[in-house]
Amino acid sequence: MKAMTAKEVTKKVIENEELFILDVRNESDFNDWKIEGKTFEYLNVPYFDLLDGVESILDKIPADKELLIVCAKEGSSVMIAEMLEEAGREASYLKGGMKAWSEHLEPVKVGDLKDGGEMYQFVRIGKGCLSYMVISNGEAAIVDATRMTDVFTDFAAEKNAEIKHVFDTHLHADHISGGRKIAEKTGASYWLPPKDAEEVTFDYKSLEDESEVMIGSTKISIQAVYSPGHTIGSTSFVVDDQYLLSGDILFIDSIGRPDLAGKAGAWAGDLRETLYKRYKELSSELAVMPAHFMIIDELNEDGSVSEKLGTLFAENHGLKIDDEGEFRKLVSENLPPQPNAYQEIRETNMGKINPDEEKQREMEIGPNRCAVR
Amino acid sequence: MNAAKVLDAKGLACPMPIVKTKKAIGEIESGQVLEVHTTDKGAVKDLAAWTESTGHELLKHEDDSGTLKFWIKKG
Repeated sequence: MKAMTAKEVTKKVIENEELFILDVRNESDFNDWKIEGKTFEYLNVPYFDLLDGVESILDKIPADKELLIVCAKEGSSVMIAEMLEEAGREASYLKGGMKAWSEHLEPVKVGDLKDGGEMYQFVRIGKGCLSYMVISNGEAAIVDATRMTDVFTDFAAEKNAEIKHVFDTHLHADHISGGRKIAEKTGASYWLPPKDAEEVTFDYKSLEDESEVMIGSTKISIQAVYSPGHTIGSTSFVVDDQYLLSGDILFIDSIGRPDLAGKAGAWAGDLRETLYKRYKELSSELAVMPAHFMIIDELNEDGSVSEKLGTLFAENHGLKIDDEGEFRKLVSENLPPQPNAYQEIRETNMGKINPDEEKQREMEIGPNRCAVR
Repeated sequence: MNAAKVLDAKGLACPMPIVKTKKAIGEIESGQVLEVHTTDKGAVKDLAAWTESTGHELLKHEDDSGTLKFWIKKG
């Protein structure tokens, strides 16, 4: 029996390798959220139904496929993997369980900047969150950092870059931002859209429409485009005239939902204005880099998540609804369930509550659900 | 509630709370109640699903300042 790390599973997802996953969590947790891979097969049998033995499921597990046992934190998957090995089947267990899967970040280089810098996307594969690091001439800026802040600070150190600016495109409702912590640790400035930050309990720099921030001494600017819709303050960034960081406004195969701060009706118009007018005026050559992906099909071959704005205007259903009434209906009716603990997550990101790490982990369990499709 | 047996599974991680619950319930009579104490939050859903699939009855559960308590009637 061996341990398989979240990083190894991520590699299998990106390279479309085959894997048979026996998920031994209870059915409701499995149905809510699982490891997604285009070429993965699944069997869900709770560990507590296997305490008397695994004989009943042996014929449901193909002998010719690599087998991974998954549970919430690891313990049960180790037990079941041991039982399977005793029954003559080779099995790995997911090291750290779904907890580790939820927290794994995979850095992927998504492009070069015109003056020699680099652009990285951090793919939080288990939860669908995307963060960004712009590196130029010894300086770094981070956008939409997750709470696993060491990954970002270690990565910047490896690249010999000093983190100068940390941005959040909006006040997140599905995951806890690492922005403030990184800024405190490194002395960087922490930027938030002021309209999303009215209730925050800490100091921040105010992202205003069309402000610019330099990263490095080269001519790389981050241009903030005020783009309300998902939240009232949502802001997009255009980096180096090449990349459009669209936050939770526009995704590859879906668009942002406007209801997580309780204002679906009022913000549906803002969202339409942003997507159908504001974004239309931008260059169709911009590579859209959102703050989330929803389904594994949105991953490119290298594991990154990005597509040209022009392509999205042609292919993303959310950008092709001519009738305003129909659009309003799509973004405000029949919405998917709201993310786990989203109110508490918002309050944490405002600094109103300070849950410990274990509690933060628990609040973030599950998929992100920031989109409407 | 009168429990025939009390199982202290505090501090134990999954899967041990359910492994021990299964053993303890084997030691009481049908109709009697087992009281389980655990600090593993995953136990809330898992014990509910387990009792359902094994024919026992989860009478109630409560959070007593961090200790999760369950009362299970043996089926």
